[in-house]
Amino acid sequence: MAKVLLEMKNITKTFPGVKALDNVNLKVEEGEIHALVGENGAGKSTLMNVLSGIYPYGTYEGDIVYNGEVCKFNKIKDSEEKGIVIIHQELALVPYMTIGENMFLGNERGKSAAIDWNETYGEADKYLKMVGLSESSKTLIKDIGTGKQQLVEIAKALAKHAKLLILDEPTSSLNETDSQALLDLMLKFKKEGMTSIIISHKLNEVAYVADKITVIRDGSTIETMDKHTTEISEDRIIQGMVGRELTDRFPKRHDVKIGDVNMEVKNWTVHHPLYPERKVCDNVSIKVRKGEVVGISGLMGAGRTELAMSIFGQSYGTNISGQLYLDGKEVHLKTIKQAIKNKLAYVTEDRKGNGLVLTNPIKINTTLANLDSISPRMIIDKDKEYQVAEEYKGKLKTKCPTVEQNVGNLSGGNQQKVLLAKWMFTDPDVLILDEPTRGIDVGAKYEIYCIINDLVAAGKSVVMISSELPEVLGMSDRIYVMNEGRIAGELSAEEASQEKIMSIIVSSGKGA
Amino acid sequence: MERLSASAILKKYTMIIALVLVVIFFSFTTEGKILFPQNINNLISQNAYVFVLATGMLLCILTGGNIDLSVGSVVCFAGAIGATMMDKKVNIWVAVLSMLLIGILIGVWQGFWIAYVKVPPFIATLAGMYAFRGLSNVVLQGMTVSLKSETFIRVFGGGADCYIPDVFGGDGLNMTCMLAGCVAVIILVAMQLKSRINNKSRGYETAPLGSTVAKLVVISAVILWVTYKLASYKGIPTALIWILLVLLFYGYLTTKTRIGRYLYAVGGNEKATRLSGINTKKVYFIAYVNMGLLAAVAGILTIARLTTAQPTYGQGYEMDAIGACFIGGASAYGGVGSVVGVVVGATLMGVINMGMSIMGIDANYQKVVKGLVLLAAVAFDVLSKREKK
Repeated sequence: MAKVLLEMKNITKTFPGVKALDNVNLKVEEGEIHALVGENGAGKSTLMNVLSGIYPYGTYEGDIVYNGEVCKFNKIKDSEEKGIVIIHQELALVPYMTIGENMFLGNERGKSAAIDWNETYGEADKYLKMVGLSESSKTLIKDIGTGKQQLVEIAKALAKHAKLLILDEPTSSLNETDSQALLDLMLKFKKEGMTSIIISHKLNEVAYVADKITVIRDGSTIETMDKHTTEISEDRIIQGMVGRELTDRFPKRHDVKIGDVNMEVKNWTVHHPLYPERKVCDNVSIKVRKGEVVGISGLMGAGRTELAMSIFGQSYGTNISGQLYLDGKEVHLKTIKQAIKNKLAYVTEDRKGNGLVLTNPIKINTTLANLDSISPRMIIDKDKEYQVAEEYKGKLKTKCPTVEQNVGNLSGGNQQKVLLAKWMFTDPDVLILDEPTRGIDVGAKYEIYCIINDLVAAGKSVVMISSELPEVLGMSDRIYVMNEGRIAGELSAEEASQEKIMSIIVSSGKGA
Repeated sequence: MERLSASAILKKYTMIIALVLVVIFFSFTTEGKILFPQNINNLISQNAYVFVLATGMLLCILTGGNIDLSVGSVVCFAGAIGATMMDKKVNIWVAVLSMLLIGILIGVWQGFWIAYVKVPPFIATLAGMYAFRGLSNVVLQGMTVSLKSETFIRVFGGGADCYIPDVFGGDGLNMTCMLAGCVAVIILVAMQLKSRINNKSRGYETAPLGSTVAKLVVISAVILWVTYKLASYKGIPTALIWILLVLLFYGYLTTKTRIGRYLYAVGGNEKATRLSGINTKKVYFIAYVNMGLLAAVAGILTIARLTTAQPTYGQGYEMDAIGACFIGGASAYGGVGSVVGVVVGATLMGVINMGMSIMGIDANYQKVVKGLVLLAAVAFDVLSKREKK
């Protein structure tokens, strides 16, 4: 048996209100590629952040044993000194600096008073060769593609003398060829004795590259599979990832009549605003009826949010083409204002960043998207504003002392309710809810589901984008599965199951 | 309103408390001279431009800590145009309108670059600061132009005799002034009462009676005290009327109107505001157009007060305005601030200036003190935000 390089014992990490990791154990042997899989929010990244010292020693419970000694990392530098280097999903490169400068950023070559540029670029070229890049290290980062940028990140890790390389979703923004090259590089490093941990959603890649696979679900380790002792197939992994029982976490809808088509999107194609050659949504057609909850499932980066925002007054993307019908009539929504006027609402996934003005009170947030209705002749009717805010506070059971309270001081669940109130006040016919229960506790989730049920009972249509499979299954009348910008499948509530959704995603990913 | 603890009150009214302490400090060090009627009067008329400019600056700062560096030059340029026109015997009202129009056009010019081309405000207005300073020189041909129109000077509060005439005549106290003070207090109390009754009848929560009464008593006392001081000097300085007009109008605009709400929302979270269907570019644009307008108003007040226009006028005014906003609690990140805060900030700076001048402190050290006060105020803002996290 090979030497155990890293052992994480009984790691528990709590955030205010949420137990992100619960007694997680992970054992990595020297020279293996160990994959971590699990749904979004299962705790994979949190675990790696604990390991790399982003969450310093003392903020979690449990022990990290690395190379036979217990480690107490206080910052990233501490773990890097031991040779643990993490490469995050979002690349951390400065676009207007050269490859060489980026590679030694914070780790500069030469004396403290003067950087030795010859050594910098010489060393950089050496590491670039190791990852198979032929670019000069004096090339600017912005001039090379994402695939190569990912390789630069790896070269940067090598320059830090990495012994344990952690890759968080390394292929999420890469195309098929670049992904393959990266995986092969990992295998090559393995032969040279490198130990790696890879976090990935792409199960075909995991099955290809990993020696061992640990499944994390709801902040706990479920099982570790060894390629050499058990047959690892994608189905086997999926079974581990989703093997959760559906209990009574979703309120029932009684006798909601599903009516005519309320919104229809046809052949919708959206291009990336910065890289116009990239299609973010590719020929998407969906429809939603009155009184219906339609779920859109898919992994992060599948293009769901982008689809929603491009429909909502073209608030995302360029070169948008396709048709949009609301209540049977074709509409062209060029601005958000028009979208709101046409009774469309988009409730963002990022309530703090894109949804709420945290420094303002509840009442001001509630009325922001429909201020016109309470401000005849530009003057705000403050009484009316107060009444509106109070009304929605009561309706949605928002827990707050008064509507004068700043939104920033509310809990996540209550913030989400204020955000919903804001959009319900615009009196929409179609609501697109993007991750409506992200980061909120189970009780608040249930209340949000009840609100959704009330909305459709009133004849509205709800499109619910969610990465949580149980939620999509529990709430939707119909489910679209999106992957890589395309609708990969459509399932009715009866035929849908977690395994089916996952296998649609996996099989469509392979076809690309 | 939530019930406030002592520390919360301290936090909410820090700058007002600081102002009171500073006034007490200077009353000792100047042996009470700072509270002489004439000094109170000067405090108002000398700082008229700060109040006006800081109000405009507040709107820019609300949109996200954006400042306007060009206002000093615009004050000078608008003044130069007006003075030159009046010197050429143009009707004074035409001249006044032209100055306001120039201000608006400058605002449109800068607002365009900032809002629609997305030139950072710091750069766009730095460019304006150079350009309009240069243009002022061109217009005035490097010389001083004196104003001859008595009407202009009187209306806009310049020269020696710039007071609202006392309709009651008589010696001693200026009764018009006292009466105005009393009327102001009565209106204030009546409005507070009305809103309180309204809220009660609708069942809204109201602040505890005690704190409302205490607040009213303090504010009324301050108003009456200031009017008494002014009345025992020469009455209401005309400049005060213009200051009050500006402050009341913008106080209303920022708290009661749609555009006011948008200014705060953009500064608080631009993306959320845009996704609420609000044209955020227009909001930036309006803030800078308005700044141009108010810079012209300050220009009018400045040349009237000094009865001349010179190419050097308005230097450093932008810093006084920015300083007043930040000392008055505006957040350097936008979204937080108020016209009341601007009043407190501008007054605090004015009192510090005047107190030190009376004490005979060297002008250079005055600048050092002003700088430190500004730093302390903003550091306080940043630190009190951090505590929350």
